[in-house]
Amino acid sequence: MARKLPRKDVAIVGLGWTSSILAQELTDAGLDVVAIERGPWRNTATDFPISYAQDELRYRLQHELFLRPAQMTVTFRNNVNQTALPVRNWGAFMLGNGVGGGGLHWNAETFRFLPSDFVVRSHLTQRYGANFLPADMTIQDWGVTYDDLEPHYDQFEYLCGTSGTAGNIKGAIQDGGNPFEGPRSRPYPTPAQKQGYGHALFAEAAKQLGYKPFPQPSGNLSQAYTNPLDVKMGQCTFCGFCEWFGCANYSKASPQTTVLPVLLRKSNFEARTECEVTRINVDRSGKMATGLTYVDSSGTEWEQPADLVLVCAFQLFNVQLLLTSGIGKPYNPQTGEGQIGRNFTHQTVSTATGFFDKDKYNFNPFIASGSIGMMIDEFNGDNFDHSQLGFVGGGYIGQVRTNGRPLESMAVPPGTPAWGAKWKQALRDNYLSSVICGAACHASFYSYRDVYLDLDPTYKDRFGRPLMRMTIDFHDNELKMSAFLTDKYAEILQKMGASQVVKQPRKGPYDVTDYQTSHLCGGAIMGEKPDNSAVNRYLQSWDVPNLFVIGASAFPQNAGYNPTGTVGALAYWAAKAIRTQYLKNPGPLVHA
Amino acid sequence: MPSAKTALIVSAVGLAINAAAGGVFADTVDKQEFAQIQRGRYLTLAGDCAACHTLPGSGRDFAGGRAIETPFGQLLAPNITPDAETGIGAWSNDEFVNALVNGTGRDGKRLYPAMPYTYYTKLTRDDALAIRAYLNTVPAVHNSVKSNQLPFPFDQRVSLVEWDALFFTRGTFRPNPNKSDEWNRGAYLVQGLGHCGACHTPKDVLGGDKNKDALRGYALQGWFAPDITNDSPRGLSAWSADEIVAYLKTGHNTTNAASGLMAEVVTRSTSHMTDGDLRAIATYLKDKPSQKDNQASSKPDENVMQMGAAIYADECAGCHIGNGKGASGLFPTLAGSAVVQQTNPASLLHVVLRGAPSAATDGAPTGAAMPQFAWILDDAQLAAVVTYIRNAWGNAAPPVSADDVGKARHTLLERAD
Amino acid sequence: MRPVNRRQLLGSTALALCLTSPTARATVIKGALPWQRGSADPPQLVTPGGWHFFTPQEAATVEAIVDRLIPPDPQTPGGKDCGCAVFIDRQLAGPYGRNEAYYMMGPFQEGTKQQGPQSPLTIAQRYRKALTALNTACHEKFASKTFAELSDAQRDEVIGGLEAGSFKLAGVDSKDFFTLILTDTRNGFLADPIYGGNKDLAAWKMIGFPGTHYDYRDWIDRHNERVTLPVVGISDHPNWAR
Repeated sequence: MARKLPRKDVAIVGLGWTSSILAQELTDAGLDVVAIERGPWRNTATDFPISYAQDELRYRLQHELFLRPAQMTVTFRNNVNQTALPVRNWGAFMLGNGVGGGGLHWNAETFRFLPSDFVVRSHLTQRYGANFLPADMTIQDWGVTYDDLEPHYDQFEYLCGTSGTAGNIKGAIQDGGNPFEGPRSRPYPTPAQKQGYGHALFAEAAKQLGYKPFPQPSGNLSQAYTNPLDVKMGQCTFCGFCEWFGCANYSKASPQTTVLPVLLRKSNFEARTECEVTRINVDRSGKMATGLTYVDSSGTEWEQPADLVLVCAFQLFNVQLLLTSGIGKPYNPQTGEGQIGRNFTHQTVSTATGFFDKDKYNFNPFIASGSIGMMIDEFNGDNFDHSQLGFVGGGYIGQVRTNGRPLESMAVPPGTPAWGAKWKQALRDNYLSSVICGAACHASFYSYRDVYLDLDPTYKDRFGRPLMRMTIDFHDNELKMSAFLTDKYAEILQKMGASQVVKQPRKGPYDVTDYQTSHLCGGAIMGEKPDNSAVNRYLQSWDVPNLFVIGASAFPQNAGYNPTGTVGALAYWAAKAIRTQYLKNPGPLVHA
Repeated sequence: MPSAKTALIVSAVGLAINAAAGGVFADTVDKQEFAQIQRGRYLTLAGDCAACHTLPGSGRDFAGGRAIETPFGQLLAPNITPDAETGIGAWSNDEFVNALVNGTGRDGKRLYPAMPYTYYTKLTRDDALAIRAYLNTVPAVHNSVKSNQLPFPFDQRVSLVEWDALFFTRGTFRPNPNKSDEWNRGAYLVQGLGHCGACHTPKDVLGGDKNKDALRGYALQGWFAPDITNDSPRGLSAWSADEIVAYLKTGHNTTNAASGLMAEVVTRSTSHMTDGDLRAIATYLKDKPSQKDNQASSKPDENVMQMGAAIYADECAGCHIGNGKGASGLFPTLAGSAVVQQTNPASLLHVVLRGAPSAATDGAPTGAAMPQFAWILDDAQLAAVVTYIRNAWGNAAPPVSADDVGKARHTLLERAD
Repeated sequence: MRPVNRRQLLGSTALALCLTSPTARATVIKGALPWQRGSADPPQLVTPGGWHFFTPQEAATVEAIVDRLIPPDPQTPGGKDCGCAVFIDRQLAGPYGRNEAYYMMGPFQEGTKQQGPQSPLTIAQRYRKALTALNTACHEKFASKTFAELSDAQRDEVIGGLEAGSFKLAGVDSKDFFTLILTDTRNGFLADPIYGGNKDLAAWKMIGFPGTHYDYRDWIDRHNERVTLPVVGISDHPNWAR
């Protein structure tokens, strides 16, 4: 029997990026806010200091900063003809845990989506005709535009101190930036990071091939910075232990380094850690959320009543909570009915490995940051003519290598034995002179009727709740796109001077053991109407007006960029809607 | 010998100071007198009474019970809420004022100088009454505290008569007519309510201030409160008045960050003071005459410096940078830092061994923290890197030995705080 | 791999235990960034000497395997002298060997390759089973010799057979075991020496990885230059010695 706690104005699931931003905005509005986080508190000096943060085995291979599958996992199958089985150890994606969420150990690649990404169905239909899109592709327009979100992208970038070179300021294309990007109102808060040899060489080669390379926008800061909340960050030192790891010198944007120092000092904010939310409670009508139920680390159940409930967990768990709490209608892939679990997507990444002459090229791959790199956007989104290509979508292509960590840098030329003296020699010969880049081609993953989330019928978590089941496989569209992009990347590697280029385009079936970013999206998508989305354009639940579901779960499909910039912008956008509209007049913000 | 005219000027200045602080002249404490209560509240913050009289985490302000460490043992700060039985509710105003400025308790018993009456004696009666007025308004808490926890023979208060005779000079602050109002206000605060010397002035074996060395630094509770005279290189000479104000107001300035005991002082007390008062303190401190440093600094061993430099490059430069400059407001500057060059390295050893969070205030919310290095550096290595930062980049301070580190490590492990 | 660390952040003025229940365990954070003096969660350094998991025969077998997977050469020691077997031993004795982080609830059933490992056995159990089966198989094939008693050429033959799946082991998938021990051997070779392998940073020296340096600001612009920093690990700093 859950014990009831004193009421709060706002109860938030999780304390990662979206929760921190929403809590900061709503406490500023005078509301009493509590955030309930499954994992532990973590911070720089006590959890990832300079004396031991650089531990590849502990943090990269054994995922210490991440959720343990033992605590919560998902099941997976490629299609309905298979039985979904548990993901017993992480592979294809890693799920964060603890205060800061994924924002603590991300790469900090901070992008904006293209304007066309937000109206992708209309745009593609207009350009190529409705028949160009595969019949089972379920992409749709978002219900918000790039212009709606522009000020909020700006807010997030200035919160983080993002380092970059603008490509388009108010319509004026800027040298050195991304000429394809949507117009931004002002430059990045700090200049782009310096680049390493491999990254710079890519840019040169790309230019020679007629492309317009630009530096990857980076939340690893190029210089010390004070954000609008007066919180200070340091200068990134290119340690090469970025993604998967915590940053030891306050130079990676995270909730801890940008928001929490201010948020935690407020008397109207409280965080409860090591407490797992098990249910969003609604009243008898099912149309009003009454609060959250959670379990603390000794197993005691608590009920936290609140007037406004924000679901700000990781994408998968946002969807899981809606399903296990009976909110909205679960998606049925056979009938096409139900919104919760629909349009689940990931990211289509591929690469090629370049082997260079070891006597001429030394890339010092260990000198890097999580968002370093030079890239081109000519083949992202609909920036190029797809009419003869047989696919839609695209991605950026870049030399975005983030590290030279030994266990992730063992590429040897094809034909090299996997062990023995020859392997050892090949490792010796190629470590410094190879270009190994996990997600050199980082591309869209559009949504399909048969790629979705629901609750597993068999496997349960330690509370007896069903695990999320993911049914996901690649479609021809994404595989064709991947082959195309990989070829383009291979050309650039060749131009850089590679002696040998080994292409690794993405191939099906979707493999849950092979890491391919943690950019899981969808399942509680935003849209213009309740019959094709779970939340409205303000991320407010169509079914329960005092419930907002914020995160990449809102993406109707995934675009070619890393999602966090857009997740941050949506959080600010939703916060503004709550502050300026909802609080004045609680109820549905959109009448469809 | 001040003339009558001077005396008039002095008292006029005194009046002006009180008036400037919004003082009320009545020799009364009136519960309804809002201005007096608010002034008292401000003065209570400035005097940081809560630091001793509020048990952290108890939620019961001024109810006493906090352990006060002295060189002779432990005392428990009494309950100064208005509770009639266990607090000071039944005290008369004179008794209250006496406690602050004369160091006597209600029944005439002598107070231990852990209650810094040797400093509070400078308070004007008005200010003392304002504090009383404020304390009358805090919630009364029934909490009986037996203050005297000292071991024999220190628990015999009669010994304090002797002690006072040696170390206690009674008397309200007398403004210096040759100095500005601002200087006098700063002196009033530093010598009186601020009781800076309680931590920053060296003491002799009897625990009394060595007045001729006022504010030249003192080791306590596992830290070394540094020299805050205008001395160079170990005092405030490198800090402008602006830097002092920024430090007291926010806990940070361009080169330094408050941590440990001083971080508490900033967050609880000085960050709540007016800019005018902080500037006055800065004006006063910057005017303290510079003293010659008699410490002969022995040149550190070459091998130690080399080892220290190597450790610094691997473990410290990632934040403090190879040239020791750090990052303004975030990572303290080590090059040219007075804190780093104190003759007593206790604070340095403390932060390196245990780590330390820096003060977080509205003006500087980041609160970046030093991580601990006790786990990875042995005594010789820690001594080397600390000696290195004390003597690199033009710094010059006595080297630190492995033995020093071992003792500090042990001391800190024993401490409960 | 560390077990889940649930430090109790008591003692800081910023924190309090959750409300009414004496048994309730929530860490409530309010009013300030939490801090616990001296707090840190440093790695546990492997102490050399002895075997914590392997029996003497298992140890001999694994030492023999790792020394063929990564053979010694004049410039760089092999898997055995680099401590790869020690690494694996310590890992198997700890949370990794116990699959502590894994979801280990049933039902267990084999799936597709894309669905990943579904074994109900822990990694430690898999090793134990496989090493026994390996020596049994060697006994049969090589006139009563254990793996460790084979010549280098014979060892290579067996390992190649495991890799190809042609050298069968009773009750154990050869390829699975080969992949497992190859991965762990490489991990032992190239991970930080605190875990028992990569002795004296030999592997990092071999490839040219300078180790756990954190500040490369002086090097980022020095394109195509060999970095001359001393090779260091979390607890290996030969450059600190006097």
